Amino acid sequence: MTRDLIVQFLAQGAQMFLVLLLAPLAVGVTRRVKARLTRRQGAPLIQGYLDIAKLLRKESVLAESASWLFRTAPYLIFALTWVAAALVPSFASGLMFNWAADVVALVALLGAARALLALAGMDVGTSFGGIGSSREMMIATLAEPAMMLIVLTLAIAAGTTRLAGVADHFIAEPLAVRVSLALSLGALVIVALAENARIPVDNPVTHLELTMVHEAMVLEYSGRHLALIEAASMLKLTLYLSLLICLFAPFGMAPASAGLVGWTVGLVAWTAKLLLGAALLGVWEVSIAKMRVFRLPDFVGVAFVFAFIAILLAYLSGGDIG
Amino acid sequence: MPALYASGAALAVLAGAAGLAILTRGALRLVYPLAILAALVLGAVDLHVLLTGVVLTDSLPIGLPTIGLRLRLDSLSAFFGVVINGGVLAASVYSLGLDHEKDLTPRVEPLFPLFAAAMNLVLLADDAYGFLFSWELMSLSSWALVVARHTDPESRRASHLYLVMAVIGTTALLFAFGGLAGPAGGYSFDTIRAHAAQPAIAALVLAAALIGCGSKGGLIPLHAWLPLAHPAAPSHVSALMSGVMTKVAIYGFVRIAFDLLGPPAWWWALPPIVLGAITAVLGLLYAVLDRDLKRVLAYSTIENVGLIFVALGLALAFRANGFAQAAAVALTAALLHVLNHSWFKSLLFLGAGAVLHATGRRDLDGLGGLIRTMPRTAIFFLVGALAISALPPLNGFVSEWLLFQSVLAGPMLPQASLRFAVPAIGAMLALAAALAAACFVRVYGTAFLGRPRTVEAARAHDVPLAQQVAMGALALLCILGGLLGAPLASVLAPLVRTFSGGMLPASGSGPTPFSLVAFDSARSVYDAAVIALFVAIASLVTLVVVHRVSERRTRRGPAWDCGFPDPSPVTQYTASSFAQPLRRVYGTVAFSARETVTMPPPGDRGTARLQVSLVDYLWRVFYAAPGGAVLRLAERLNMLQFLTIRRYLVLMFAALVILLSIAAVTT
Repeated sequence: MTRDLIVQFLAQGAQMFLVLLLAPLAVGVTRRVKARLTRRQGAPLIQGYLDIAKLLRKESVLAESASWLFRTAPYLIFALTWVAAALVPSFASGLMFNWAADVVALVALLGAARALLALAGMDVGTSFGGIGSSREMMIATLAEPAMMLIVLTLAIAAGTTRLAGVADHFIAEPLAVRVSLALSLGALVIVALAENARIPVDNPVTHLELTMVHEAMVLEYSGRHLALIEAASMLKLTLYLSLLICLFAPFGMAPASAGLVGWTVGLVAWTAKLLLGAALLGVWEVSIAKMRVFRLPDFVGVAFVFAFIAILLAYLSGGDIG
Repeated sequence: MPALYASGAALAVLAGAAGLAILTRGALRLVYPLAILAALVLGAVDLHVLLTGVVLTDSLPIGLPTIGLRLRLDSLSAFFGVVINGGVLAASVYSLGLDHEKDLTPRVEPLFPLFAAAMNLVLLADDAYGFLFSWELMSLSSWALVVARHTDPESRRASHLYLVMAVIGTTALLFAFGGLAGPAGGYSFDTIRAHAAQPAIAALVLAAALIGCGSKGGLIPLHAWLPLAHPAAPSHVSALMSGVMTKVAIYGFVRIAFDLLGPPAWWWALPPIVLGAITAVLGLLYAVLDRDLKRVLAYSTIENVGLIFVALGLALAFRANGFAQAAAVALTAALLHVLNHSWFKSLLFLGAGAVLHATGRRDLDGLGGLIRTMPRTAIFFLVGALAISALPPLNGFVSEWLLFQSVLAGPMLPQASLRFAVPAIGAMLALAAALAAACFVRVYGTAFLGRPRTVEAARAHDVPLAQQVAMGALALLCILGGLLGAPLASVLAPLVRTFSGGMLPASGSGPTPFSLVAFDSARSVYDAAVIALFVAIASLVTLVVVHRVSERRTRRGPAWDCGFPDPSPVTQYTASSFAQPLRRVYGTVAFSARETVTMPPPGDRGTARLQVSLVDYLWRVFYAAPGGAVLRLAERLNMLQFLTIRRYLVLMFAALVILLSIAAVTT
């Protein structure tokens, strides 16, 4: 019993460090794919790790008008994103603390990290920080409701709001083609692009002032603080990829009662799917242009409408959609 | 009965404090210590009743002749009593920090205890007469508090509108109780409870209760007075009006719809959930576009009242269909949100009062950088802002989570209209949650962060200790309420079972004692304590590791701002500029927002102007149009005052003929 508990505890811990470990690699894959598709050599796959190591070695330059909130926020944002990322089932569904936060709480945890980041963007009192925060919150008012509706739809399908329970449900019942699930998938992809500041919502590599959103918010950060913010956004990308995997392609994931073998299979499957997802993101990003900021409501609004139709269908069928 | 006598004594203390303060100016400073004493006693009695579940009744030989005044304190009244007296306590402690010479006036201080006593009396009333009398006392005393700064034309306008809406509300409640009493005219709540109302009467009563209680709570379209009146009062009174008086309105609705009106029918649910959801979204859209700190808070009160009405409506729908547990989840969400909102809204209004006190300003675009000049207030306000944005692990999220859980039970409902309505409501709730975060990031970001935009903001100083204590205690409650959601829910369980027929799974059926379980632990669990622990551990580990491995030097320098930092604080984003994307996205739909840029002609070095026009359709349709119609009608009728005697005689004769012919026809 005790041994079982320890193993479970270790598995939970492994999950926490696994997401942290793989997040920069996923970003590296996306960047590499983008580079190769545009006929560039591209940075090595481990560039994400190198970037963070470099930033950690640099001194941190704080603006004179920065308050304590500016210095504290990166730690909290990183911790919130990390915990949220660790709560999404990756290689196994029935981990020890999977019950602590359900899908609704997961959306809210990410919301908390975003609110802190937007506040930090306003803290120094520059026009760029403000522009980033204000646009980020505007996009969030469209993306977050869509996200909430998506997770509610899936929760209705699975009969539980626990992420592990939803994953278990989709492992046990092979995914049939259902209109509301297809719509949810489409909506979740759009939300994931918006939340991770990817093309066409935002361009993660640009510093062209008038188009940036996320980068404008974190413009004043440097050194270890920037390293944490960057790591948090890598984690967030991993989180959304894991979420897509766990909800729509859960095959290979170890069920609640699996032992070491199941976990190993799950780990391999999850890593492969994660990197495949990152590569697909790269392909997507080279094949589409960034949108103007005020075209975004239309784009993210599509996710909201998809998600709304999905949940409406789920309700009208009395919850029997999965 | 000693507990009820203690309440009576406390109420007498409040009345006495009011009387003393009217008589002598020296007694003004006694008002708040006495109010603290009374609130402690009243709160203790309420807590005792809530925890033990006893029902205290009594009747006094005052009030109507031969009937007297019936008083009753059951767990529902007691719960709302805890909410109210908590708010009164916080506001009174805060007011101990007011300056005796400068801030205390005979226009405000005598009315404060009267207002507090009236709100308590509404809860104690056990007949329609007592309820309406104390309801009116509450309206009038709060009206007098709004009009305290009568030299300000804005205040006068606000108080006038408030008075009109309060009269409409009470008239509606009069009809509601008339319908409840039935032809026999039994005005005591016991008599009303004894028989269930006919469906037609029930519809009438429900509509009247929604108008009566909705107008007090700010349900759209009866909201227009609230964002004017709540900010116009002194800040500690604003805290009471927004944090607490709106809860008395909720109490009125719960008392009528869940208790007096008998077993619910499913269609009772539709008006509250539809109006509540519209209120939640529109209230925030107003809030996110407004530039006045206190008015933003008042609009956000409207939003929260909307959320509570949605939860109450869902509870009615589930209860009518026999889903007791889902009804319990929804009702717990409503009651917890009542409690939570009273905490964070009081905190935010007291914080706004502190800002107003320190800077003399409440326009967001004139503040900035207060996190450095008022560090304590800034921390407390931050807790309140994050809590009201429903972010975990604070208390606002607990009720939000329960509300979403009850929305998720919607597919069980057999009625097609509810099945259509509930997902739409869920979408609007999600939108409201996201807008709330945007709204409060904007408020906090412009008022407390950045650089000071005016001299007043730069010279601000933190407020006296008493005010810090009041805000700090409320901030602590917001944190504790977030972590201890499950124990709080189990305290409310007996009350919830009385009015919904079901209850949440007992505390302890989840993985830890702090796990909030909505239906069963395999289905939905939220454990704020474990999440908070995880986040705390993760932050600490990060902090330690980063400080070990990283370069720890930190240098202060000018802001980078892409290479072009501007020393003038005017170049910062303001509240208006922050709202611009939201205005473009939502304002164009909801308020027909238009932006016009007037450029000077080429060669002219004059300034360009950006003008924004917004149309308040609700005001136009529900206030300006009827108001204009009444005025036009009055002008027409005015003609009747200037007729000749012959014409008046003709009119009287015509009236006589008409009346006689009616009499002839009807007999």
